[in-house]
Amino acid sequence: MSATAPALKIREPSYINAAYTAKSWLLTTDHKRIGLLYMVAITFFFFVGGLAATVVRLELLTPQGDLVLPETYNKLFTVHGVIMVFFFLIPSIPTTLGNFLVPIMIGARDMAFPRLNLASWYIFMVGALFAIVALIGGGVDTGWTFYTPYSTGFSNTQVIPMAIGILIAGFSSIFTGLNIIITVHKMRAPGMTWFRLPLFIWSMYATSLIMVLATPVLAMTLVLIAVERTFHVGIFDPALGGDPLLFQHLFWFYSHPAVYIMILPGMAVVSELITCFSRKPIFGYKFIAFSSIAIAVFGFLVWGHHMFVSGQSIYSSLIFSSISFAVAIPSAIKVFNWTATLYKGSISWDTPMLYALGFIGLFTIGGLTGLFLATLPVDVHVTDTYFVVAHFHYIMVGSAVLAYLGGIHFWWPKISGRMYPEWWGKVSAITIFLGFNLTFFPQFIAGYQGMPRRYYAYAPEYQVMNVLSTAGASILAIGYVLPLIYLIWSMREGEVASDNPWGATGLEWQTESPPPTFNFAETPIVTAEPYQYNPDGTFTPQTTLSVRQIKKEVAA
Amino acid sequence: MTELHSTSVGPPVAHHFEDFEQEHEANMLGMWAFLATEVLFFGAVFVAFYIYRSAYADIFKEASRHLYMSIGAINTVVLLTSSLTVALAVHAGEHKARRLMVGLMVATLVLGLAFLGFKAFEYYLDYQEHLVPAFNFAWEGANPAQTQLFFVFYFIMTLVHALHMIIGISVLARMIWQARRGSYDQDSTAVELFGLYWHFVDIVWIFLFPTLYLLRQ
Repeated sequence: MSATAPALKIREPSYINAAYTAKSWLLTTDHKRIGLLYMVAITFFFFVGGLAATVVRLELLTPQGDLVLPETYNKLFTVHGVIMVFFFLIPSIPTTLGNFLVPIMIGARDMAFPRLNLASWYIFMVGALFAIVALIGGGVDTGWTFYTPYSTGFSNTQVIPMAIGILIAGFSSIFTGLNIIITVHKMRAPGMTWFRLPLFIWSMYATSLIMVLATPVLAMTLVLIAVERTFHVGIFDPALGGDPLLFQHLFWFYSHPAVYIMILPGMAVVSELITCFSRKPIFGYKFIAFSSIAIAVFGFLVWGHHMFVSGQSIYSSLIFSSISFAVAIPSAIKVFNWTATLYKGSISWDTPMLYALGFIGLFTIGGLTGLFLATLPVDVHVTDTYFVVAHFHYIMVGSAVLAYLGGIHFWWPKISGRMYPEWWGKVSAITIFLGFNLTFFPQFIAGYQGMPRRYYAYAPEYQVMNVLSTAGASILAIGYVLPLIYLIWSMREGEVASDNPWGATGLEWQTESPPPTFNFAETPIVTAEPYQYNPDGTFTPQTTLSVRQIKKEVAA
Repeated sequence: MTELHSTSVGPPVAHHFEDFEQEHEANMLGMWAFLATEVLFFGAVFVAFYIYRSAYADIFKEASRHLYMSIGAINTVVLLTSSLTVALAVHAGEHKARRLMVGLMVATLVLGLAFLGFKAFEYYLDYQEHLVPAFNFAWEGANPAQTQLFFVFYFIMTLVHALHMIIGISVLARMIWQARRGSYDQDSTAVELFGLYWHFVDIVWIFLFPTLYLLRQ
């Protein structure tokens, strides 16, 4: 271990011990506490969405519809999709780890707008309340995509409360993104230049750009849906002069970039983990940094690949297909750079690293099958089959959730001040990886053979694949429950964590575990590039100085 | 909630900022980023409108002729004038001219209310002519469905704009009260931020007016 900076550590109460009342949590403007508020909320929604998926998988164990009614089945997969996308995946890493880490990593005392940060959590909770009301009031059966004219003219379910819930939650997403952008621009500590930023920050910045620029389009689209459904006027209704395809354009203009809101933060986490546990500087820092921005930009130009069979112009489809291929380039740049970082690295197999390696594998499969789907003729063959379901679960569940959990484990000592139990951590990582593949790989096969998605019953020849998938889902469920149990356990019983248990270079590891309310006793001065790891375990931290030290020396 | 601490120069700043300049720049950039969000929010409905405008060009022109261009024109003048007053208020704030600033803010508020008054009157006339979809829409001419589509967009776009006006006016009313007590004497950033927002709402109208009223020939 190389020298750390004693001057940056003056023992003062950690952000957890600063106050204990419920009020001190619910009215906090501390970005770290807000991150934890979000974590509690989205963990709840993760298990609600997971419960719906469990029933879906149980129904699909047999070809006949024998567990739930067809209408209930429609509601179950809708609830699963809406909750997981809007109330878990989109907020997952940005609002929890992003909130917690962005200011610390750049040496700031807080986000640029702490009160807006807290407000965003309350806005999220109000949106969540509408979603819960919609669920209790009978659920929604439109699928998470709300396609018109079914959603506006025919569905007899709680479309409007759900749309309002998503609209409101969207504003919380906008405010989080806005806060991160301004914080990265204006709150960096002295010496923290753009190319000294940890890659986590570059990716969170790219994510925030999408949040700020894409979410408002969804907001307006939901307003139009609500107006059409409430007042029975034809904005998207062909019978009244409207165009249902326009809805799909507007919806996917948000919802495709939203996929990158879910995956870019995963890439953010993995970039930190791979380099730390390989004890090597990241390979191709600038390529990884700019590939995040490139993904954010290209991500805005590919939405039409969701509509290849909708009857849109074939020329549009050709262009959307080509640009979709182009997105693979920055994604592949990342994978190759991570792999090159591993090459001849001094790799250790701690839990976060297992999650990160799992991410790379699953992301590669999910990404490559995305190229199948971007190919027009193949897409026509597999549209609306389980092939698509398997593809996006490899990205949104396999990759994004693995990265989220990997990040939670990596930063758990910083967040809680305690270590998680390493053996159980490894068990959970391996269980999730195996369970995930057993759940979703058979779906590629079933889908390619032609099994359509969104049906409660299916032809008997697909049963083998579905039984495998359901078996995998039960293993996956155990893998997800394990961290919930042992992480909560470790908050009281876990081994007390040192300030820098992984020997990592980032600013967040140079302060205390858990950090004091304002993160650093004194504003740090960033003196080094990130990721200066050596194979023998030594490293150069990004800061060894503070502003006050410099002033003292100058005065002396 | 936000604790203030004083630095060697300038007004007190919130605890997490180093100095006034950093706080000021963060606030300004924050408002610009928010306005970027707003551009995309309005952008979606503009795109939808123009797709139907090109699909049903003649029908939309005919529908547009039933709007009161005179009221729209008056409102354009009113709103542009309010942009002038708010710009002067920001200028007065920077030069520590409290009374002038308050006066110009009040003028902005009055002009904003005038806009909403004219708009409400126009809606009333639209209602009289049975042009309000879902409430009393009745169309004697050809293509009633597509014509109604025009008015659906007219009401959504102008109502969302009016909502932005109402929010702006409410914020402004509170700021006038604060300004009178001297809250912005040291630091008039808030007035500047409000000015940006108000100009944006104004610019939205600058696009709405030709889109809805003028494309009729």
